[in-house]
Amino acid sequence: MTSKLTTSNRAGWGFALPGFALIATFIVLPFIFAFWLSLTNQRLISPNPTEFVGLDNYRSLLSIDVLSIEPERDAAGALVRDDDGALSYPAVRGFTRNNPDYPQYAGMREWFRWHWGDTAKVVIATDVIFWKALANTLTFVLVVAPVQGALALGLALLINQRLRGINFYRAVYFMPVVVSIVVVSLLWRFIYDGEDGLLNNLLSALTFGAFTGMDWLGNPDTALGSIMAMSIWQAVGFHMVIWLSGLQTISPTLYEASAIEGASKWQTFRYVTWPGLRNTAVLVVIVITMQAFALFAQIDVMTNGGPLDSTQTVVFQAVERGYGKQDISGGSTISVILFVLVLTISLIQRWLAREKT
Amino acid sequence: MATVKLRGIRKSYGPVEVIKGVDIDINDGEFVVFVGPSGCGKSTLLRMIAGLEDITRGTLEIDGKRVNDLEPSKRGIAMVFQTYAIFPHMSVRENVAFGLTINGVGKAEKEAKVAEAARILQMEHLLDRRPSALSGGQRQRVAIGRAIVRDPKVFLFDEPLSNLDAALRMDMRMEIGKLHQDLGASMIYVTHDQVEAMTLADRIVVLKDGQVMQAGAPMDLYHEPANLFVAGFLGAPSMNFMDVRVSEVTESNVTVSNGALDPVAVPRKGRDFTPGQQATLGVRPQYLSPAETGRGMLHGRVALTERLGSETVLDITLKDGSKLIAALGEDRILAPGTEVNLNFDPGQAHVFPEQR
Repeated sequence: MTSKLTTSNRAGWGFALPGFALIATFIVLPFIFAFWLSLTNQRLISPNPTEFVGLDNYRSLLSIDVLSIEPERDAAGALVRDDDGALSYPAVRGFTRNNPDYPQYAGMREWFRWHWGDTAKVVIATDVIFWKALANTLTFVLVVAPVQGALALGLALLINQRLRGINFYRAVYFMPVVVSIVVVSLLWRFIYDGEDGLLNNLLSALTFGAFTGMDWLGNPDTALGSIMAMSIWQAVGFHMVIWLSGLQTISPTLYEASAIEGASKWQTFRYVTWPGLRNTAVLVVIVITMQAFALFAQIDVMTNGGPLDSTQTVVFQAVERGYGKQDISGGSTISVILFVLVLTISLIQRWLAREKT
Repeated sequence: MATVKLRGIRKSYGPVEVIKGVDIDINDGEFVVFVGPSGCGKSTLLRMIAGLEDITRGTLEIDGKRVNDLEPSKRGIAMVFQTYAIFPHMSVRENVAFGLTINGVGKAEKEAKVAEAARILQMEHLLDRRPSALSGGQRQRVAIGRAIVRDPKVFLFDEPLSNLDAALRMDMRMEIGKLHQDLGASMIYVTHDQVEAMTLADRIVVLKDGQVMQAGAPMDLYHEPANLFVAGFLGAPSMNFMDVRVSEVTESNVTVSNGALDPVAVPRKGRDFTPGQQATLGVRPQYLSPAETGRGMLHGRVALTERLGSETVLDITLKDGSKLIAALGEDRILAPGTEVNLNFDPGQAHVFPEQR
């Protein structure tokens, strides 16, 4: 039974066209714009004409170097130590500001340093905030992708049972997904509140008052972790549903066959469930990775990149530059870099998860 | 090798009872086929023996031991599924060795057992392939191989040939028969196909609505069906049934007739009839033979002729308007519309007190 509608070529294009048009207008075209703008010095509002600057934007964003600094010595050549016995090093700005011996370091600032023997190794970059944002984003991805994926799989295995009222649990776990991330972020700001937040109250009650409270979002050591925890909680239900759909495509007779062979629960998972979820796993990991790279709303609502840039992220920086600082070309450059990064990682993931024959 | 004993086996899903008290004894090395129309409970019964379904009531013994509450893997059974249930991500070798792998059997023993199973099934050349590169028949062979290496007391087959095409089905049917001869193991085989049942079984158990209709050797069931259902279920083309009226009942015979059938005395085989009652007469199409004009017990007209080569199947409309099928010799090709008179040996006919 094939109607004309399902066989007509024109009808096919007709159905596809609105989608194509939307994708072209809101994804392809802006990306081409962004790529072009990243090669100029375009500002959001500027009286000056736009100039083509080539790869200057990329250079200033990406240039990074390691500076080795020897400790200071006195006239006799002995190491200078302060009262605590710590070595003293010349300031980094001595190398990066108006120093004709090191033209390549001009304008760079210190990101972080470590010590190699007595030598201080200082990582310097022209755009330290971008590098911090990149490092935070990668940390976020590396933690969120496996934890969220594994947690979602665990939940999917739990709710894939025939129990009475299982739909209640499915709904509960999925609920955060349907709530806007902005609303969720606002609510979690109250939970994380340093004065009278729910989390502090809860921890204090559980430890009989031993825990005295912490400003979760105000402390550089906990801010990013707090946002990770909340992000994992918010989207875990979505991936749970994807895992669940994968689980339900596995033929029940495979489980029966493995039961007859005497497979334990773990062996059943290892030999039947997990191989059957291979394609789902690829999808989940790629989707989580891409979503994690796009981290923005939580930051914008909860921390604005602070404290001390500890929650800066790449997308937040792109928006901050483009609109906050009206530096459209800078924001576009970050967007293009992010695109290349995500594309590369997705391709690597697909390659790693390819069907080996 | 083992015996299987089912005693008063029942299965209910909530208020719905699907197996209504089944008693079967399966002897050591016997090939028993459960056959019946879909929904008769034959697969459920097999799955209860396997341990994949709980037994609501009754006892199941394998090798003299009650196994009602034993895990499937502890019952000493192996099962072959209709959908093969082989693991798509493992090679044939890994599939066949699966049970050995998860039970931590040593490498040498594993190799030897897999090689032995592959030899029995003639699939040595397939061992390193993936299931996706196999045909349906080859996949089923892998599943059977996996069952063989378990060295089970009882083999269970759940419609293993239903997903294969007709030609392959016949080959695999013969192979399963040969496998039974070679291994001499007890086997329980579920099918809805009465040809598989007839060809493979030492003993057939015909099921309907969760009850055993009749159990016995294939030819016993074929020649002496206990009831209308078994009579109609076994044999192809299936037995002709005619609504008849009983006119006389003697010690050993009952005389019946209807509008198209002249009165005939048929052995009543211990069944009770009263004169004047309605009954059903059954005659297999193969046991009908043409008679000369004016003779014969059945009178009608050919509606359709099907030439099958080895025999000719006639669709006949009898004088009273009822239909009849006759399977005659290969050269008995009659044109539609021809008047026919048919004879049969009353000893080969069955009369049942039930009505259709």
